Amino acid sequence: METILDKYKATELTNVKVWFKAASVKDFPKDGGACIKYKDKQIAVFNFTRLNKWYACQNLCPHKMEMVLSRGMIGDDKGIPKVACPLHKKTFSLETGENLNSDLNAIAVYPVKVEEGYVYVGFDE
Amino acid sequence: MQQVIVVGNGMVGYKFCEKFVAQAESKDFKITIFGEEPRPAYDRVHLSEFFENQDAKALEMAPAEWYAEHNVDLITGERVADINRSSKTITTAKDREFSYDYLVLATGSSPFVPPIKGVEKEGVFVYRTIEDLEDMLAYAAKINAEKSDGRAAILGGGLLGLEAGKAVLDMGLEPHVVEFASKLMPRQLDSRSSQVLQLKLESIGLNIHLSKATNQILGDGKITAMEFGEDDVLDVDMLIVSAGIRPRDELARACGLEVGVRGGVVVDNTMKTSDAHIYAIGEIALYNQMIYGLVAPGYDMADVAVQQIIGNTDKLMPADIDMSTKLKLIGVDVASFGEPFMPASKGHSIIFENKTQHLYKRINVSHDGKKLLGGILVGDAADYSMLHQVYLNGMAIPEDPAQLILPTSEGGALLGDVMDLPDEAQICSCESVTKGQICGVIESGEATDLGSVVSCTKAGTGCGGCKPMVADLTNATLKSLGIEVKDSVCEHFDYNRQDLYKIIEVKGYTTFNEVLDNYGNGGHGCELCKPLIASLMATIHADTANKEYAIQDSNDRFLANIQRNGTYSVVPRVPGGEITPDKLIALGQIAKKYDLYTKVTGGVRIDLFGATLNQLPLIWKELISHGFESGHAYGKSLRTVKTCVGSTWCRYGMDESVSFGIELENRYRGIRAPHKIKGGVSGCIRECAEARGKDFGLIAVEGGWNLYVGGNGGANPRHAELFAEQIDNATVIKYLDRYLMFYMRTAKPLQRTAAWQERLEGGLDYLKEVIIEDKLGIAEDLEKEMQTLVNRFECEWTQAVNDPEMMKRFNHFVNSEDEDDNLVFVPMRDQKMPEPWV
Ligand SMILES: Cc1cc2nc3c(=O)[nH]c(=O)nc-3n(C[C@H](O)[C@H](O)[C@H](O)COP(=O)(O)OP(=O)(O)OC[C@H]3O[C@@H](n4cnc5c(N)ncnc54)[C@H](O)[C@@H]3O)c2cc1C
Ligand code: SF4
Ligand code: SF4
Ligand code: FES
Repeated sequence: METILDKYKATELTNVKVWFKAASVKDFPKDGGACIKYKDKQIAVFNFTRLNKWYACQNLCPHKMEMVLSRGMIGDDKGIPKVACPLHKKTFSLETGENLNSDLNAIAVYPVKVEEGYVYVGFDE
Repeated sequence: MQQVIVVGNGMVGYKFCEKFVAQAESKDFKITIFGEEPRPAYDRVHLSEFFENQDAKALEMAPAEWYAEHNVDLITGERVADINRSSKTITTAKDREFSYDYLVLATGSSPFVPPIKGVEKEGVFVYRTIEDLEDMLAYAAKINAEKSDGRAAILGGGLLGLEAGKAVLDMGLEPHVVEFASKLMPRQLDSRSSQVLQLKLESIGLNIHLSKATNQILGDGKITAMEFGEDDVLDVDMLIVSAGIRPRDELARACGLEVGVRGGVVVDNTMKTSDAHIYAIGEIALYNQMIYGLVAPGYDMADVAVQQIIGNTDKLMPADIDMSTKLKLIGVDVASFGEPFMPASKGHSIIFENKTQHLYKRINVSHDGKKLLGGILVGDAADYSMLHQVYLNGMAIPEDPAQLILPTSEGGALLGDVMDLPDEAQICSCESVTKGQICGVIESGEATDLGSVVSCTKAGTGCGGCKPMVADLTNATLKSLGIEVKDSVCEHFDYNRQDLYKIIEVKGYTTFNEVLDNYGNGGHGCELCKPLIASLMATIHADTANKEYAIQDSNDRFLANIQRNGTYSVVPRVPGGEITPDKLIALGQIAKKYDLYTKVTGGVRIDLFGATLNQLPLIWKELISHGFESGHAYGKSLRTVKTCVGSTWCRYGMDESVSFGIELENRYRGIRAPHKIKGGVSGCIRECAEARGKDFGLIAVEGGWNLYVGGNGGANPRHAELFAEQIDNATVIKYLDRYLMFYMRTAKPLQRTAAWQERLEGGLDYLKEVIIEDKLGIAEDLEKEMQTLVNRFECEWTQAVNDPEMMKRFNHFVNSEDEDDNLVFVPMRDQKMPEPWV
């Protein structure tokens, strides 16, 4: 049986087949995130203004399988950009998806690009 | 293999086994221990904790498996009925026979029940075993079911009686302590300190009756009253007898061992009785013509007996036994150490007394003024551990010994540093742990924090009285090793909360990035420092959570409490718990319309669960149109001020508790603090609003309000402490403004008022000096700052629903109107709940 977790597979920049035009840059708070819908997926997108970078990952927290990561606070753990789940504060690297403060499986991360004021997230399908 | 039989599996009997099996020589011995009680030995000293949780297991000294693992045969529920000294055997009540090489009597004592006419009546209890407590609880529940004003008396105003008094209070009955002597705790306190203690206890609701001899107990089958004299009768529904103990020496007497005139088995300093094969330890042993009713001497006796039996015959019981005690009642500090009363021939006494503050301190000093001989502390025993150590170790005292007890503001000296104690200083007397051992395990790297120090050394696992000192020693040792005990807020700042408060205030920063760029470590913040700085901005600039929402914790960001499945709950403010039927109907209709699970919260508000992000602003628009505003249940801010109906309706009410509660709740609503703040206002000392369980509590009394501060429920329940008495409404507000603001300025992140005020150097007295006497000269500033917050209050939800930009925040997706499709609800009674987590 396919679980909801199986929907989310980390995507490398080199494998991107679709650049999905998600929303305007203005729709995302500075140094914060919001959620976008792509097909049946929920993707958290973060505007890491302090680093002048954008990140995207699954909105699903692998701890208790809730769609909440986009509502988490972002920051860094010894230099690694991270997001903290709002429910129990598990933290995940925004670069690799790795869980930084316990031994949960990594979350899927996706490439992001910004063109002409719009945010695009890369998927392989 | 030699046979050791221990009679009595109580605290001391158990400690004997524990110490015995720790010896290498123990492999040549087999221990069998008999206990008459149905369960393995438990911690009688903390028996009263059973009232809180009814968890007998939590009190066990060691689980039954421990005995098996250590090759000790534990036989519970079987009384030893007979000792045959010539054949060196014992017989149990089940008629089983066992032989011994060494017999250890650790039968403890039983409560002494004076032969008063009627003591056999139903409703009369003693206070010694878990079964006693279970019976009492059941009986009290029966009384409480029949009437709301049940009363229980305690016969005996000693250490134990007062502890029982507190237990009665907690059982919801009105406590009456009846003492035969003319003062409380006659064995430990002089008359003046007893009077101070009495005032203090009366203020927390204990009724005290002194110089009362009980003639008989009245009632038809069950107790209804106690009669002292012809016209002197006290109506009670229950009685707890706590009139002293009697050693359980019946076995010893029957087999002809030497016993004392008033009971107890006579032992010498090797713990041997008049029969060299039989030892007696604990509360059964009569040593120096005394029964020591404390656990620490019992443990020492156990140690001596162990050493003697394995052949270490040098180990002897010291002639002087420390009888210092600290009463472990919450909210009442009482301690005595060394020689509490002292004849003038041996030295002189210095007494400090302040009746209005329920404070009494006495120390006894040798004639040459060089040695501390003993003392009494009532009302504030914070210095007990240190004074006790000074006494035990014969340490030097200041030239003017009065400095030891005077408040620092009146020339008192701060007591010496814990590190000045000699290495031999015994810090934990229950487990005989010295300062050297505690520092040693840290220096050797065996222990790295308080928790591991406790588990390595066992210090603090007995009565727990030494814990603060163990903590101080641990911190000081770590510090001396250069291991920093850091309190900076997180890896992004080298500052603590108080530092950051000052920085933001002085520099006038208004955004997180300004603070981080100027005072951070070059990183980008995290889930610890972001909400903290958000809270500071709210306190300093009266910002609401809408100002910089991305640095807010999820709850503040969406102005609602995130629940298990990522939906939210909604709690509108209902000041003081007063609500009109119309508003109640509106709440019900809104809940129904959005299909929200509805429940009354612990803070007696109404909580609507299961709102999706998209629904939040819709729900709030409707609530606001019915006159509701945000309840800030999601913030580290004022939650509720719980009230009883007070003189508005209640026949006992002394003042308008609801009106005042509403005024206070409206005054402090919205302010952000290091942690949540709760208040309570009761109309009289019956305390129906449980105000003393709150950060601030008010109780109406004759002539004004009594103000209590620093209470909380939660994981570590605390009663708030009396801060000021009989003050009027304006003074309450003045003190509260100052108190709360001072707390907001100086506490650590996520520190409730109780923990904050407990760790303030100088404690409650210092706090009173700052808040009431304005020692730091900041009172006016504190009031002004609070007034600014009050004036600038704005409802965050009203702000949000009136601003289309802010409303955008409440969409699950930024690129779609859809809701979260991952939500699954299942039915729960007549409502719904999120699907359980696997
Ligand atoms: C509510 C309360 C609070 C207390 N607070 C403090 C305090 O704060 N500080 C302090 O130092 N002390 C305190 N004490 C006193 C302390 O609990 C005792 O000093 C200690 O328990 C004595 O230990 P023991 O082993 O000698 O006796 P016990 O713990 O009474 O153990 C004796 C055991 O032997 C069993 N027994 C007796 N006869 C037989 C027999 N013939 N066969 C088999 N078993 C038998 C009994 O059933 C009992 O279980 C308190 C006591 C109570 C009741
Ligand atoms: S506390 Fe309040 S409700 Fe309770 S008895 Fe007193 S006035 Fe009445
Ligand atoms: S006690 Fe625990 S389970 Fe209950 S509401 Fe509080 S945090 Fe949740
Ligand atoms: S659900 Fe994310 S940390 Fe628990």
